Amino acid sequence: MNEQRNLGLAGTVTGVALAIGGAAFAGFLAKRHKGGSDDAPLFTRKRPGTENPIVGRTVTIRKPRAELYAFWRDFQNLPDFMENLESIRADGDAHIWTIKAPAGQTVELRTEIVQEVKDQTIAWRSVKNSDIATNGEVTFADAPGDRGTRVSLVMFYDPPAGKLGRAIATLFQREPKAQARHDLKRFKMLMETGEIATSAHTRDATRKAKQQETER
Amino acid sequence: MRALTWHGTHDVRVDTVDDPEIINPRDAILKITSTAICGSDLHLYDGVIPGVLPGDVLGHEFMGEVVETGSDSTLKKGQRVVVPFTISCGGCFHCQIKQFSACENSNPVEKQDMSATLYGHPMAALFGYSHLTGGYSGGQAEYVRVPFSDVGPIVIPDHLEDEKVLFLSDILPTGWMGAENAEIQPDDTVAVWGCGPVGLFAIQSAIVMGASKVIAIDHYTHRLELAKQLGAEIIDFHKTDVREALMEMSGGIGCDAVIDAVGMEAHGFAIDNMIDIAKQKVGIGADRASALKQAILAVRPGGRVSIPGVYGGMTDKFPLGALMEKGLQVRSGQTHVQRYTKDLLEKIEDGTLDTTFLISHRLPLEDAARGYKCFREEQDNWTKVILKPGMERGPAA
Repeated sequence: MNEQRNLGLAGTVTGVALAIGGAAFAGFLAKRHKGGSDDAPLFTRKRPGTENPIVGRTVTIRKPRAELYAFWRDFQNLPDFMENLESIRADGDAHIWTIKAPAGQTVELRTEIVQEVKDQTIAWRSVKNSDIATNGEVTFADAPGDRGTRVSLVMFYDPPAGKLGRAIATLFQREPKAQARHDLKRFKMLMETGEIATSAHTRDATRKAKQQETER
Repeated sequence: MRALTWHGTHDVRVDTVDDPEIINPRDAILKITSTAICGSDLHLYDGVIPGVLPGDVLGHEFMGEVVETGSDSTLKKGQRVVVPFTISCGGCFHCQIKQFSACENSNPVEKQDMSATLYGHPMAALFGYSHLTGGYSGGQAEYVRVPFSDVGPIVIPDHLEDEKVLFLSDILPTGWMGAENAEIQPDDTVAVWGCGPVGLFAIQSAIVMGASKVIAIDHYTHRLELAKQLGAEIIDFHKTDVREALMEMSGGIGCDAVIDAVGMEAHGFAIDNMIDIAKQKVGIGADRASALKQAILAVRPGGRVSIPGVYGGMTDKFPLGALMEKGLQVRSGQTHVQRYTKDLLEKIEDGTLDTTFLISHRLPLEDAARGYKCFREEQDNWTKVILKPGMERGPAA
């Protein structure tokens, strides 16, 4: 009962996090409900003593819940706003993610959906023996009045050992908090304006073009 | 193309840079016909705004002809448009409630962190005004890329020449909103600090809004003369005890509303360490807010304080007690330009507002660096500089 009320108080806010490291998704889900030590919404609480503090972000997007859910559920759309993702393609019930790694390399991983409630939440995790262990959960909840939808995202990556693993870890750990927040804000831009803002002056100078340049 | 680029404090040059291209579907490219140097460009010129990089193209007051459009632009080639200096997407919560200068989507994601650290929230994007506000190339150039071209630009009828409408891009709506934020009532005495372009337009707007008396405060005689011609009473703060004079001129009550059109580089104060501190990573310096402090003491209890003048950081010794004890209302902010352009264009067309009186100099774009220097050093006579890319270069360069 108490736990339910806490969730209610937190409202629809579930938080956004990109934490790198070894937290297993189930463990994470369990921990999430135990909360931290302060009054912040669940994902954003300080967690003294934990190795991979969970950092949360939620954005409010001025679009209907169903529309946002449908766009996200079509996983092929994710690379449009997630910077380190090259592509996601369906393979039966699973999805193959192609992730950019340094020096023009890519890493593939295979994910399966572990939980799905239409217009509310999608959770996924990598299948066993993937190069990178990953899990994620996105939730969609109505914002007050006509303010649209509150979208919260949590993602974990656990890179492999070895040289490539270290390179990937570097890529994702560069600014993990910023990366998650940025990905979510790009999603907001794409949904609200149909495009992702850039102050580039020429097509060669966009972030995307520059990234492709370094990959070659 | 040729463009005015920033290279350091008091170092701007007209360089050859890449032509802008359509990148996003809602973009348009303009061929600039007229562009102006804004008083706030002098803050960039003086190096007190953090986040400006060598090579950045400046300029946020401009108009021109549409020469290229993205697939989702509503503009058509050949149209003449004035472009608001604030870039707004039209689709976010803030744009929907017409708080256009708080747009959530115009500042590129990777540029938002700096202003979010400084102010608690990221700023919307502005043209040509540091990477804090997006790093978009400005309009003191031959061409400019205009994002969200279906939201900001206003199409100008052929019979209105550039000089009548150019200031719809910034200073006219900024002066107007400065007066609107002062919530002027018919019997009000209103004081305006600063007779630069924004101050003069705030004075003109306050008179149009029906203020019974508008008092202009400055120390440049020519600028005070312009204020007088608009119908204001004037105070030269070098010769006069401003608060004493304002009390008498308002019948011992104090001004009902005060407008600070000066901002962070107020004269009459020692130069502080803003420049050095602003260069530091945190980007927090002390703003020189002497005009605002004086305005807060001069306004009557229960009065209104409007701040169109630009501030960027922190200020010291702020009269917070006066603010609270007198029960003042304060309103400020970058201008929600898109909210005002249509109405103000009508007021220009029907003759209610004139903007051309302000223009003191017209220069070819190639002479832009000289324009900056003179606008800064000879403020009394150089009230407003217009740059024209197509204009012949004279012998004075």
